[in-house]
Amino acid sequence: MADLPHDTDPQLPPAEVEDVIPPHAHGWWSHYVFSQDAKYIAIQYAGTAMAIGLVALVLSWMMRLQLGFPGIFDFITPDAYYQFVTMHGMIMVVYLLTALFLGGFGNYLIPLMVGARDMVFPFVNMLSFWIYLLAVVVLVISFFVPGGPTGAGWTLYPPQAILSGTPGGQSAGILLMLLSLILFIIGFTMGGLNYVVTVLQARTRGMTMMRLPLTVWGIFTATVMALLAFPALLVACIMMMFDRLLGTSFFMPSLVELGEHLSYGGGSPIAFQHLFWFFGHPEVYIVALPAFGIVSDLLAVHARKNVFGYRMMVWAIVGIGALSFIVWAHHMYVSGMHPYFGFFFATTTLIIAVPTAIKVYNWVLTLWKADIHLTLPMLFALGFIVTFVNGGLTGLFLGNVVVDVPLSDTMFVVAHFHMVMGVAPIMVILGAIYHWYPLATGRMLDQTMGHIHFWITFIGAYAIFFPMHYVGLVGVPRRYYEIGEPAFMTAPVEGLNAFITVAALTVGAAQIVFLFNLYWSRNHGRVAGSNPWRATTLEWLTPVVPPEHGNWGKELPLVYRWAYDYSLPGAPEDFIVQTDPGPKAPAAAPL
Amino acid sequence: MTVILTFLAFIVLISGWWLSRQGLASKPWLETGPLPLTEPPQPPPHRLGTAVFLVVIGGLFAMLGSAFVMQIDETPWQLVPLPGLVWFNTCLLMLSSLALHFASRDAGHRTHVWLTLGSVTAVGFMAGQLQIWTTLTDNGYGLTGAPAASFFYLITGLHGLHILGGLVALALVWFRLAQTNLRQNNQAPVALCALYWHGLLVIWLLLLALLSGLGNEFLALCRSALT
Repeated sequence: MADLPHDTDPQLPPAEVEDVIPPHAHGWWSHYVFSQDAKYIAIQYAGTAMAIGLVALVLSWMMRLQLGFPGIFDFITPDAYYQFVTMHGMIMVVYLLTALFLGGFGNYLIPLMVGARDMVFPFVNMLSFWIYLLAVVVLVISFFVPGGPTGAGWTLYPPQAILSGTPGGQSAGILLMLLSLILFIIGFTMGGLNYVVTVLQARTRGMTMMRLPLTVWGIFTATVMALLAFPALLVACIMMMFDRLLGTSFFMPSLVELGEHLSYGGGSPIAFQHLFWFFGHPEVYIVALPAFGIVSDLLAVHARKNVFGYRMMVWAIVGIGALSFIVWAHHMYVSGMHPYFGFFFATTTLIIAVPTAIKVYNWVLTLWKADIHLTLPMLFALGFIVTFVNGGLTGLFLGNVVVDVPLSDTMFVVAHFHMVMGVAPIMVILGAIYHWYPLATGRMLDQTMGHIHFWITFIGAYAIFFPMHYVGLVGVPRRYYEIGEPAFMTAPVEGLNAFITVAALTVGAAQIVFLFNLYWSRNHGRVAGSNPWRATTLEWLTPVVPPEHGNWGKELPLVYRWAYDYSLPGAPEDFIVQTDPGPKAPAAAPL
Repeated sequence: MTVILTFLAFIVLISGWWLSRQGLASKPWLETGPLPLTEPPQPPPHRLGTAVFLVVIGGLFAMLGSAFVMQIDETPWQLVPLPGLVWFNTCLLMLSSLALHFASRDAGHRTHVWLTLGSVTAVGFMAGQLQIWTTLTDNGYGLTGAPAASFFYLITGLHGLHILGGLVALALVWFRLAQTNLRQNNQAPVALCALYWHGLLVIWLLLLALLSGLGNEFLALCRSALT
């Protein structure tokens, strides 16, 4: 049990938010189901996100089976293939990654890390989850309606998304997808308001913004970005729904379909692309920034060293957040945009690499001469850095118009964004779960199962996506149900596609080990104790582990130092918790 | 995307000002001890939450505005001729906002009066907007007609939905007032309603400038600056 200083230090100003212990839930339903406790809501978010993520994983298996062994599986029709592609992409990006990082880790960690008792609007926070769950349910229903889910691709580009040639275009599939996205955005906005206001106003005394762990900075900035970017998707969804249901022509030009003039006319499909990518590119960083923050904390704890260049890391997070709003059109180089616009967006895209590179350098310098403990969270953090650098480098290629144009429609792009936006953040999510599982449950995850899980996932991910870069460079197009035997395709491509499929099936199966570990260790894992990683941050300093309702017992913690006092010369231990008022730290400035 | 970029530039300015007060240049690893919070006292959480929510709503309408302007650029079309009633409606919304402002400041017996006036004028605004829809449809500017008309219905409809949400909140405040009759304790919710109303009024005025073409020159200026 941590011995916390009492909330009576006369030198500290009073807290901005009155310390009121949230009312206890009465009854099983209000305690476990309709809970207003952010920690329960976090677990509900995480459970739902992982469940729907598993559906998306199975969909990716289906796609890979078709690509690796075309013509063998009769049930994978062209329509079904496009439906798998669409639902896999949308679920992974929005319903898994966004929900898990912000709804899962945001809810669990923000109140604990800033020293608050809960989110500032607990009821709204609860509603946020239930609306998210409703969004997921609506999405799942679309699998079972006549015509199935939409197969328009995760970008849902009109006009094809709502025409009869696209699976789900003229049935309920596209409508359910749009409705689900609208619900998701409404739910997220409720949660997002909570995260922002809690960080701004519910920090405990002494917790300045510059004493916040980088995890909170990452989630906070990503939430602000999401609150500004999601309205673009919301507007696009509403307008497309109007086009499909009410016959407006926001995105629909004059069209002839099967020899028949449609009633649409005067709309602009390009307008949809602008709206979509105005959300879509910040979305990359909405996922990446929490990952950046979390991985910084994992590295500091498990390398027993302060984060190198904390200030620069904060500035980089804020800078990336701002810059990410002026790069969206690099996804539209092939849409026929003016070359000067292409030049502008190529420039901003390359500029955003600067703060991103700063973060990578700082992670590496954090590891330099550190007391590295190769724990499971550290392995996943290292896996993230390597993967992110790989994905980032190919992003530099694609950021240039002249390189992007020939590669844009090939598997190279698929490999790039899966490295940078799929494997990299998933590495962080897994590392974070291994790191904070003891806090949530009081027990450690099993090490043997964890190592099996890590090595298969890490090596397997590279077995999937390294060859995929080559397949793309050869010219194999993406989005194709079947490529046949075109002349440009070299002999190894067919074998590589089969190899990638086997690797994908293996990596997917390895996640079953992880899920079993989550279940098994809940009751059989080694008892963790109150601060098993000997971390400095507040979430490990609650009077009881796992933290109880209200988090902090009678008194809120007082914060006397930043979050990264590790391995200080002369200190009795290699870490000093944030609540330790002890002697002033030696001036061993990291930057 | 001129409208949303202008909106974001405004948000960036505010965020930059706020960040400049957070001691981002400080060296936290050297500053051990009971540091005071660097920022001055901030508004209570509910007020800040409402303000952030208004920013999100602002972003939503800025995106709609962007889509509207983009279509003007790409497919030249005429704006919908707005009936004179729209100016009367605008006055009603201004009156509603003003009444709620007074309600939030008044701790005495007239709170009910101001709230009544605010609610009635807001309902009047909604009814007036519906009347405009009817007039436009009768004049041949239906929802599925010209893209400009579609935008008009979409934008005014979404704005109306937000007013409707505000009316529901106002009804809850009314209910609470009637239950407790402790006006002093209810000033905060009334003030939140007033803030929300002011926000929706500002958004409406900007939307009106866009829909009526009054903002075209300003937008052209912004566009030339951005390009």
